[in-house]
Amino acid sequence: MIATSNLSKTYGSKTVLNIEHLDIPKGQSFGLVGNNGAGKTTYFSLLLDLIKPTTGYVKNSNIKVNESEDWKPFTSAFIDESFLIGYLTPEEYFYFIGELRGQNKADVDTFLTQFEELFNGEILNQKKYLRDLSKGNQKKAGIVAALIGNPEVVILDEPFANLDPTTQIRLKGLIKDLAETKGVTVLVSSHDLMHVTEVCERIVVLEKGEVIKDITTSEATLKELEAHFSGSEVV
Amino acid sequence: MTLKHFLNLEWKQYFRSSYWQKSMALNILLVFFALYFVVMFLALGVALYPLLKDQFPDQDPLIIVNSYLFYWIIADVLMRFFFQKLPVMSVKPLLTLPVKRSKVVNYVLGKSALSFFNFLPMFAIIPFGVMLLINDYPTVSVLVWILTLLCITLIINFLNFILESFSSETELSFLPVIVLAGGLFALNYFNIISFTDLVSSGINGIYNNPLLIGIPILVLIGLYIMNFKMLRQKLFLDSSLKSNVKEVNSSNLEWTRKFGDSAPFMQLDLRLIWRNKRPRSSVFILVIGLLYGLFFYPNPIYADKPFMYGFVGIFVTGIFLINFGQFVPAWDSGYYKMLMSQNIQYKQYLKSKFNLMAFSVVVMFVLSIPYVYFGWNILLAHLAAAIYNIGINTHVILWGGSFNRKKIDLNQRAAFNYQGTGAVQWLIGIPLMVVPLAIFGVVSWLANFEMACLALALIGVVGIVFHQKLMKTIVGKYLASKYKMIDAFSQDS
Repeated sequence: MIATSNLSKTYGSKTVLNIEHLDIPKGQSFGLVGNNGAGKTTYFSLLLDLIKPTTGYVKNSNIKVNESEDWKPFTSAFIDESFLIGYLTPEEYFYFIGELRGQNKADVDTFLTQFEELFNGEILNQKKYLRDLSKGNQKKAGIVAALIGNPEVVILDEPFANLDPTTQIRLKGLIKDLAETKGVTVLVSSHDLMHVTEVCERIVVLEKGEVIKDITTSEATLKELEAHFSGSEVV
Repeated sequence: MTLKHFLNLEWKQYFRSSYWQKSMALNILLVFFALYFVVMFLALGVALYPLLKDQFPDQDPLIIVNSYLFYWIIADVLMRFFFQKLPVMSVKPLLTLPVKRSKVVNYVLGKSALSFFNFLPMFAIIPFGVMLLINDYPTVSVLVWILTLLCITLIINFLNFILESFSSETELSFLPVIVLAGGLFALNYFNIISFTDLVSSGINGIYNNPLLIGIPILVLIGLYIMNFKMLRQKLFLDSSLKSNVKEVNSSNLEWTRKFGDSAPFMQLDLRLIWRNKRPRSSVFILVIGLLYGLFFYPNPIYADKPFMYGFVGIFVTGIFLINFGQFVPAWDSGYYKMLMSQNIQYKQYLKSKFNLMAFSVVVMFVLSIPYVYFGWNILLAHLAAAIYNIGINTHVILWGGSFNRKKIDLNQRAAFNYQGTGAVQWLIGIPLMVVPLAIFGVVSWLANFEMACLALALIGVVGIVFHQKLMKTIVGKYLASKYKMIDAFSQDS
């Protein structure tokens, strides 16, 4: 589904990302972990063609993202709050996104019913603008909006941060379900090792812009990751 | 000790802001303006006394000056309201530190007393006072006079903050201050209450009886305390946490469906305008723009200068176009990243802005029809200008938008807020206003007024005919600067 080739991003003399080769097959739940500045958000931004690659390219379903816009109809993302339009109510925002993805109001309404539990009565019909919602509720709205219109690729940057425990658990179920039963390719980044190991079939560790680990998740993965990040790894 | 830290923070905030680093040109321009005013005021202060003595040899220049102080006060209030910003300091990080709140407030208020606006009048007042002393006025009285005016300046300074916070809370933008100033002026002008006399006799009284200076000083202290209390209340986080309990009225704007593809963006734009302070004020500016013609048309000076009609026409019918259009796409800067990763095409996005602007031109033209009272040729000029605005200026301003690199925070207050303004906004004004004016002027000089209108309208029609082609070029321009815009919009200024 997603093929990364020779991709690098350099600011001045500093290389912030350098991935020679990374393939993500369709329907995989893919986790990206790494410390601050490891290049996670940079990679996602390159995937979405928000920044220009210095070298190389990303192909999304065989479309080079920086040359054609044809990947947009089946790709969606929530990177940060700047993906929200603060002066809309959540409903208006969902309808707006729905419209862009070819879903009418009724479609969006039906779609939203499955998230009632996740929303916990704090998002819909509150007569509040998105900018006045709490950080956690904003995030929920953004993540749900990214799922509108049956995208084939969903990119979520730090989806678990700022969420309350209940929502974290529900969100994990949601992501797993997307990949396992609906065949959606889900890309998630996180600082929380436990969450990623629980959700993702495959975990890639970035350090200073380079892929240093590429693990298929198993029982031992969490231990391995913890050992790696605490620096006590035996080489 | 704390003061030193505050000043240090202030210094860093100023010079490390990306705004400062990016817009040297604007800063240099502002410095030039400031110097210009300083020189003008100095000249005024030095020259005023001999000038008045020369013109009115049988009157006391000081009395004459005092009798005009009322107008100075009104003008100062207006100037400050629009140009002087409330002294701000990012207090949030300080709240949890061991710094007394009163200290922060005192510092912020004290800082405002050092504003350029308070120094400027002194450049005129002090030389004038010196001239008075040279001409053998009593020293103590003159010093008290200077002190009184200093007090008044500071009173206006602190009064302005109360006015500003009042008008920002009521969402009426600059309406209250205009009403206040206009009302005072009108009362005075029609001799209902003569503030001119009141102010001048007050100042004369202080001049003759220096002890009375206590009154303005007391007023000043009173205002300072009021400001202190107001600001101190705002220093608690809950004012920013609890706010916005207001319920939202949402309408679904179904009628925009008529615009097909660009309907969702039209809805977004309409909500953008209506729900955010800054764009909303560009709606208020419509009213001002509409009345702008009243400055010109009834004035006999312009009666025989019909080329001015073209200028007024472009301005009146294009006021919204200019005001709103110059910040496309910066209005959407807050969520530009999202738009760019979404399943949309630039074409629809820009088309919606175009529709909105073209629509506004039509509305403004219709609203300006009553000007026909001042002559049929005004209507003709307005029609030609409206066509030109739709055909050419909309495209020019959209094209200019692709050079836009300044983020706009939608929640900032509106009038004379220069956030988001860069060299582009100044430059784009040239083709928008000067080019049509030149065409109109030249043709009406070479041929006649009717031909000038025709020329303007024809050029506009050409623009409308080539609309699709022009949009294609513009879209290409936006695509080419996509990464730069995303990068610029994601930076905080």
